[in-house]
Amino acid sequence: MNPYNYLYLAGLLFTIGAIGVVVRRNAIVIFMCVELMLNAANLAFVTFSRINGTLDGQVTAFFTMVVAACEVVVGLAIIVAIYRSRRSASVDDASLLKR
Amino acid sequence: MTFTAPVLEYALLAPMLAIFGGAIIGVLVEAFLPGRLRAPAQLFVSVMAIITSLLLLFRIKGQSSTTPAMASLSFDGAGFLFQASILVIALLSIFLIADQDNFTAAAATVPGSTEEREAHQAQSQTTEVFPLTLFAVGGMMLFPVATDLITLFVALEVLSLPLYLMAGLARYRRLASQEAALKYFLLGAFSSAFFLFGAAFLYGYSSSLTFAGIQQAVLGNAGNDVFLLIGLAFISVGLLFKIGAFPFHAWSPDVYQGSPTAITAFMAAATKVAAFGAILRIFYVSFANAEWQWRPALVLIAIATMLFGSLVAIAQRDVKRMLAYSSIAHAGFLLSGVYALSKSGLDASIFYLFAYGVATVGGFAIVTLIRDSSGEVTDLNRWSGLGKRSPIVASTFAFFLLAFAGIPLTSGFIGKFSIFSAAYESGSLAILIAGVLSSAIAAFFYIRVIVLMFFKDPVEDGTSVVIPSALTTITITISALITLILGVFPAPLVDFIASTASFLR
Repeated sequence: MNPYNYLYLAGLLFTIGAIGVVVRRNAIVIFMCVELMLNAANLAFVTFSRINGTLDGQVTAFFTMVVAACEVVVGLAIIVAIYRSRRSASVDDASLLKR
Repeated sequence: MTFTAPVLEYALLAPMLAIFGGAIIGVLVEAFLPGRLRAPAQLFVSVMAIITSLLLLFRIKGQSSTTPAMASLSFDGAGFLFQASILVIALLSIFLIADQDNFTAAAATVPGSTEEREAHQAQSQTTEVFPLTLFAVGGMMLFPVATDLITLFVALEVLSLPLYLMAGLARYRRLASQEAALKYFLLGAFSSAFFLFGAAFLYGYSSSLTFAGIQQAVLGNAGNDVFLLIGLAFISVGLLFKIGAFPFHAWSPDVYQGSPTAITAFMAAATKVAAFGAILRIFYVSFANAEWQWRPALVLIAIATMLFGSLVAIAQRDVKRMLAYSSIAHAGFLLSGVYALSKSGLDASIFYLFAYGVATVGGFAIVTLIRDSSGEVTDLNRWSGLGKRSPIVASTFAFFLLAFAGIPLTSGFIGKFSIFSAAYESGSLAILIAGVLSSAIAAFFYIRVIVLMFFKDPVEDGTSVVIPSALTTITITISALITLILGVFPAPLVDFIASTASFLR
């Protein structure tokens, strides 16, 4: 199968994630969309690894997974703190700083 | 298949190892020392780690190597200057961070709850900020010397993740602070996804993760140009986000305003140095020969950033928001140094970054001093007549504002002059005109604040200037001195940067 199809898939996933970040209002869902974008990047790395015939891309995918896990830890801590203060995880409610 | 152990040049990595070591000791201190001893112990560990790191860094001054950790890092003159600037700024900020009145007693409690009041009464302190700061500093030192895309990405996250957390630790107006942390985190994660996707396409283009490999591919015109363009565009989005350039600036006013002011100072100054270090390296090394693909876009972004930052800053009534928009304008000025793509552009950018970073820490340090019973007063209307009540604080703040405006006899003037002349030499009249124009606009709102402080009558509403603690005084004094010395007597540093700054290719 033509490996370039996986690049189109990665591009599609990335776009879905990016649109999700822009249109969704719940912080958790936005965060899931960011994760989808990171996974799209991972898929692109692995595909290029296959196309180029070098292993670097696959190694990068592992690094990305670890970093994404760290991001989850920090992100959920912040979202939970916000939820406990406001009883809501909607990013529209958090608008104290707009003038 | 054989496995070869990596060869590490520990002497060149030592400054970063000292910082990360200090951070780990900080975590242990947090775990094992009783509450009352933690704050002084943490301050001691952090200051020692930064000073050790500076000493180790000056020991390897002048050395350079493309393989301190295989091909992942490259230590050279420019890397030395970026790391030294970051360490000086970190040292100034850590004294500010040590003033614990800026931070909440217990970050995990709900604002306004009984637990929060109990934590305040027990005088708990958020000493976690010290190791978090050190981790961020370590990431920042790694960011401008990284020469492969994995290391660059990991460094980006190591510097960002602690900052997201620290943004949410303010003592007063905690809801706003948590909101700043959420916005910074979501937009930061969004931009690092763009960065990573761009990195994937650069890897696809050059079949190499290292900057040198990408440079070879650009030189040899080997790969698919579509991949190069996608990679370049997406990776630039990630990097431009970190410096707050125009279409990607939306986070910065909110985060600057909501974060504890000590953290704002550190983040505003040190992140800029680190991110511009990485931008300069990747554009000067990897993409130098693809200049027709990025310079036309960059000139537009630079001009839009400086004009937008200066124009919107005029309308701000909050001092931290005003400084945030002014930092957007400064990002635009600095981008003209990236655009220059020449040795003089590199020198000018490094000088500008250092001068601006130090003045920023000083400026925000002053903001921490103006308070009423419910925390810092950032509303500019309530700053009127400050010069009559506390002339020294007001004049020092005025001095930092003049440095931001680029008035002669401050470091800002030398920085602006050299960066615009470098951009002009490399052939863009537009960037010069936009730069001078937006400097004039910016001078207007800086001077308006000075007029407000000195020539308006004071308002009696409980706003007062607190007596700065010894540590805050150190920060303000040293920042003001550096800003003054670099303005009056810049030649030694300018010459030093000119003889040191270079990228190993």
